[in-house]
Amino acid sequence: MKSTVIIFPGSNCDRDMDVALKKFGFENQMVWHNDSDIPKSDLIVLPGGFSYGDYLRCGSIAGKSRIIKSVVNFANSGGLVLGICNGFQILTETGLLPGILQQNKYLNFICKNVFVKIKNKENKYFKNIKKEVLELHIAHNEGNYFCSNDELKSIEDNGQIAVTYCDDKGNDNEHNNPNGAIKNIAGIFNKDKNILGMMPHPERMIDPFLSGEDGSLFFENLIGNV
Amino acid sequence: MNEVNEQIAIDHGLKKDEYKKICDLLKRTPNITELGVFSAMWNEHCSYKSSRRHLKKLHTKGDQVIQGPGENAGVVDIEDDDAIVFKIESHNHPSFIEPYQGAATGVGGIMRDVFTMGARPIANLNSIHFGSIDHEKTRNLLRGVVKGIGGYGNCIGVPTIAGQTCFDESYNGNILVNAMTLGLVNKNKIFYSKAAGVDKPVIYVGSKTGRDGIHGASMASAIFDDKIEEKKPTVQVGDPFTEKLLLEACLELMAGKSIISIQDMGAAGLTSSSIEMASKGDLGIEIDLTKVPCREENMTPYEIMLSESQERMLIVLEAGKEDEAKKIFDKWNLDFAVIGKTTNSKNIELFFENKKVADIPIDFLAENAPMYDRKWIKVKLPKENNFSKDDFKSLKLSDCLNKILTDPNIADKEWIWSQYDHTVMGDTIQKPGGNAGVVRVHGTNKAVAAAVDSSATYCNAHPLTGGKQVVCESWRNMISVGAKPIAITNCLNFGNPEKEKNMGEFVECVEGITEASKYLNYPVVSGNVSFYNETKDKGIKPTPSIGGIGLLSDYKQMITMELKNDGNYLLIIGKTEGHLDQSIFAKNILSNHNGPPPEINLFNEKQNGISILNLKNKNLIETCHDISLGGILTAISKMSIKGNKGVKIFPIEGLVNKFEYFFGEDQGRYIIEIKPENLENVEKILKKDSIHFDKLGIIESDKITYGNELKISIGDIKEGYKKWLNEYMVN
Repeated sequence: MKSTVIIFPGSNCDRDMDVALKKFGFENQMVWHNDSDIPKSDLIVLPGGFSYGDYLRCGSIAGKSRIIKSVVNFANSGGLVLGICNGFQILTETGLLPGILQQNKYLNFICKNVFVKIKNKENKYFKNIKKEVLELHIAHNEGNYFCSNDELKSIEDNGQIAVTYCDDKGNDNEHNNPNGAIKNIAGIFNKDKNILGMMPHPERMIDPFLSGEDGSLFFENLIGNV
Repeated sequence: MNEVNEQIAIDHGLKKDEYKKICDLLKRTPNITELGVFSAMWNEHCSYKSSRRHLKKLHTKGDQVIQGPGENAGVVDIEDDDAIVFKIESHNHPSFIEPYQGAATGVGGIMRDVFTMGARPIANLNSIHFGSIDHEKTRNLLRGVVKGIGGYGNCIGVPTIAGQTCFDESYNGNILVNAMTLGLVNKNKIFYSKAAGVDKPVIYVGSKTGRDGIHGASMASAIFDDKIEEKKPTVQVGDPFTEKLLLEACLELMAGKSIISIQDMGAAGLTSSSIEMASKGDLGIEIDLTKVPCREENMTPYEIMLSESQERMLIVLEAGKEDEAKKIFDKWNLDFAVIGKTTNSKNIELFFENKKVADIPIDFLAENAPMYDRKWIKVKLPKENNFSKDDFKSLKLSDCLNKILTDPNIADKEWIWSQYDHTVMGDTIQKPGGNAGVVRVHGTNKAVAAAVDSSATYCNAHPLTGGKQVVCESWRNMISVGAKPIAITNCLNFGNPEKEKNMGEFVECVEGITEASKYLNYPVVSGNVSFYNETKDKGIKPTPSIGGIGLLSDYKQMITMELKNDGNYLLIIGKTEGHLDQSIFAKNILSNHNGPPPEINLFNEKQNGISILNLKNKNLIETCHDISLGGILTAISKMSIKGNKGVKIFPIEGLVNKFEYFFGEDQGRYIIEIKPENLENVEKILKKDSIHFDKLGIIESDKITYGNELKISIGDIKEGYKKWLNEYMVN
């Protein structure tokens, strides 16, 4: 299985993602933002970081970068595209995913473990994961997901909510919302469920000595379904 | 061009006799650019003129040391071909004036010092000191500093793995922001700042030069007054994105063989970087300032030389490698300009618009810089308090404990470290909030532990003991996570060295640091000195911050501090005598601020530490935590809160008063958790090694109990301990 991680200037989780993908059996390659073509891949990953410094709206410049046209074409032809953290922000900027990511409700950067509830398993990203609740890790300043009421209705109707912030029992109410995201949304799909954007970092949870191991479940499942 | 005279020199922070020395050396009056260069090189921050003769005494040698003080950062061997490059540095003055940018550029500066040597940064730490929690500025300064540290480190993608935060009224007018970075390098591929060879191209890379930070180094060498806010324009502005690009571009260039020497432009910018490279190589240097990439119009040679714009590097390349190097910097969209060359003149010669604007022998700036033997006075060991029974009469253990756990210097600091990305790079195996942060050496079985410590209260009471204590505390933090202590970096924050009292504090703290680090084979390999931490005649308490690192050859053997299992025993390693003077208890409960700090016994310190590493190597230790501020009961509480487990404490043997026993801050002690089946073996080993230990208690239930005198639930103490800082910040 071939995967591609795109490196933007300012990406800083590119290596972590490369390590994780390889650990679970992907043959991974790194592609520079200024390239225009992506070698044959089964999965494209937009990693976390601060692309182009994110001095403008997060992900907005990356959303206009040279490589992004190829990513969009790949996604539109049904290819799997995963955006983590800044990658999620970039996917909303390209329009591949609806909504936006605003600054966290309490205006602080947050780095901690969170629980997320899997809301839809009929897709390649979560299909055979046995657990309903995963413990993952967030590290972001702009993860407060927001969209219009119409968009929200359409997202819900189409089963596009992928994961929501919750407690260890799966209660996804406002007490378990770290950043103010609407409906506790931590990650969403496009309509066809081949594109996933989410704020939590599964690549930081792939080893018992790290913050946890539920990231391993995510990648094991992913390679099994690609 | 401005005419230079004595008054202008004084305005540049030079003393009258220093100005006279400049004129004598040059045998003429310097022009304004030259005066600027002298003032930058001769200020305290760059020249170490008050501290140099004392710093020479520091213990800096050891088999593990690859590079000691004098380079951009220290380098130590961590076996195989790996080495750790690390250093701590102050950014105190700018952070008080503009907390966000001051702290951010402090982080940026120290990371550049590390990757300049060819190392990829793998961990950041910080030690931050603020004024009293009741002072009107404290909240905003804390908020700004934390955001600044996070804003920079998070963006670069280097985890912030540990730190230390203190509050004390002596920092009301002078906060301290000390930033530390560790980098990983192949020990055969370390880059140094020493230039070599004549006619080699001198390259400028990174951000463009602006007018920010002009005279930053001079500001760092001045005391504050009421007009300090006017200095805001001298604070540099950080751009972590550019630094990230610069980091990647430099490491890419370093993978080849074109660099002769490299130096970041930190304090005093282009001036100190160019002079240091030439001085170390015993060469001259010629720079055409017209070629320096500038971001503002009409910048003068004076401004270009003194700008402290961030994210810039100076490189001496092998001749003919310019195109190859430029390609890399073009890829990363960074400025690249050949601005001069090395010469055999041994002078720094500056040109601007085809005119020579400065010509100074480099010796005058470096070796002939003033060096002072400042007067200082010794601090006598204060007399001990003799607390009487009456002092403790109305006290209850639980009240005292609750009060101590919500002391600003004890209470949990998660509000701070949750704003730092501490898990990026995927190798953080011990997060902030423990004894030390620990990161794996990527792709190996090794891990490196790091912590920062300071104890201004002890140093203030008796600098010599305080200096020793900080080193020992750092050593203990390494031991507590199961790491072998390797080396330290020190950031020496003090008041005005022209005052005998402050100078004495400096001299004696350095002496204490030296004594302890020598005895423990825990050498100082890098650091910096920050004097003039004084506002309106009020200086800070002497505050040496010690950043220590340690090595775990097998990261799976790392120890953590949270209690593990019911039925396991807790032992105290080291002797408890109940020293309350200068303790948190004395200050908070008895309102007593007198007396000597706890005594340091280096022999016991070393033996106790080594015995714990021995037990760890035999897999006999489940948990370890060193006993520091707040004594035994505070230590147990923290371990209980983290592990969510209670402890039944056994009756105290001997005649020690229970308050002295539970809250005394005797040094060289640890609490360890042992499985019942290992207890006999552990006791045997400790007895054989003549290590003093006491059986403290057993893990059970969700309460900490001591006979009928203490019964407190973990939930209750957790509440206060965890919430204090959050509540303080929202109020």
